[in-house]
Amino acid sequence: MAHASAPVPAVEEGQQHPIRTYLVVWGWLFVLSFFSYLVDYFHLQGLLRWGLILVLMMLKAGLIVAVFMHMRWERLALTYAILVPPVLVLVFAALMVFEADYTLLLRRTFFRGEGG
Amino acid sequence: MDTAQLEHGTATRPQGWPGVVADWSSDQRSFKGASWGKVMMWIFLLSDTFIFSCFLLSYMTVRMSTTEPWPNPSEVFALEIGGVHLPLILIAIMTFVLISSSGTMAMAVNCAYRRDRRKTAALMLVTALFGALFVGMQAFEWSKLIHEGVRPWENPFGAPQFGAAFFTITGFHGTHVTIGVIILLVVAWKVLRGEFDDQRPGFLTGRRGRYEMVEIAGLYWHFVDLVWVFIFALFYLW
Repeated sequence: MAHASAPVPAVEEGQQHPIRTYLVVWGWLFVLSFFSYLVDYFHLQGLLRWGLILVLMMLKAGLIVAVFMHMRWERLALTYAILVPPVLVLVFAALMVFEADYTLLLRRTFFRGEGG
Repeated sequence: MDTAQLEHGTATRPQGWPGVVADWSSDQRSFKGASWGKVMMWIFLLSDTFIFSCFLLSYMTVRMSTTEPWPNPSEVFALEIGGVHLPLILIAIMTFVLISSSGTMAMAVNCAYRRDRRKTAALMLVTALFGALFVGMQAFEWSKLIHEGVRPWENPFGAPQFGAAFFTITGFHGTHVTIGVIILLVVAWKVLRGEFDDQRPGFLTGRRGRYEMVEIAGLYWHFVDLVWVFIFALFYLW
């Protein structure tokens, strides 16, 4: 695969990278997924469980986007245009946390004993 | 000025943040080095990201606000295999199947850019097969849960919102996988017939066929896998 990393011909805009890169990432995705399953298998609880689930999730997502979807080889202009907007979803999530807490409070106050 | 040189002279372009500003303000095409087809697929995927984000946020909201205990996914999705009780095993297998398909797809894209017609088509067909396997297992999971009395409005395990979240989220994801399998089969068929080697135009378009279409189909497929990563973590493991 020595020729695989050669520069792309000017006429064709494409992504050409060594196969080894893909195989390594593939292997890591398997390992990380296996770890996620173990988190459930060993019944980890509390902060450790949530932390591990989120870290493993973000690592897997990062590997898929960066290597399989070639994001790390694109220009920064495209990368930011695609990856920054989803971050704003976190603001939405924060709003809905307040909303859900409020709904729960109302249900506990007014529907006690009658079920959800 | 020779625009062809401008387009491809990557060495002279500024990098980092100055590069972002220069590219966006250059009054030509903002996304250099990526064809419009690829950019449009990325923008579609961004909009799809928001759809799935909304589903997952709704799921978070109903789960946080329900007064009844949430069913334990680890037990709901457990299976008895050979007399051994394995928690969440079906979902784990589905995860590995989808990751395998992502790997074969990445290989297919690589082969496509090396103009290896047969290998590309074969790897895409393997990817489609993994995808079909995934949908099959999901159908099994759905029928098992429906048989056990899970409905969008009630279930025997706990909070009634569980069914609504489960059927909406996995249903939409399964639909995406199914559409992906169809796209893969169509593109694999085009590769096999050599349409990209001859640059023949497609059925619905006058544009010439090109091997980049394999990468664009691949982007969609990897996105389906990406969504599953989030569903697996937030719905099944949480």
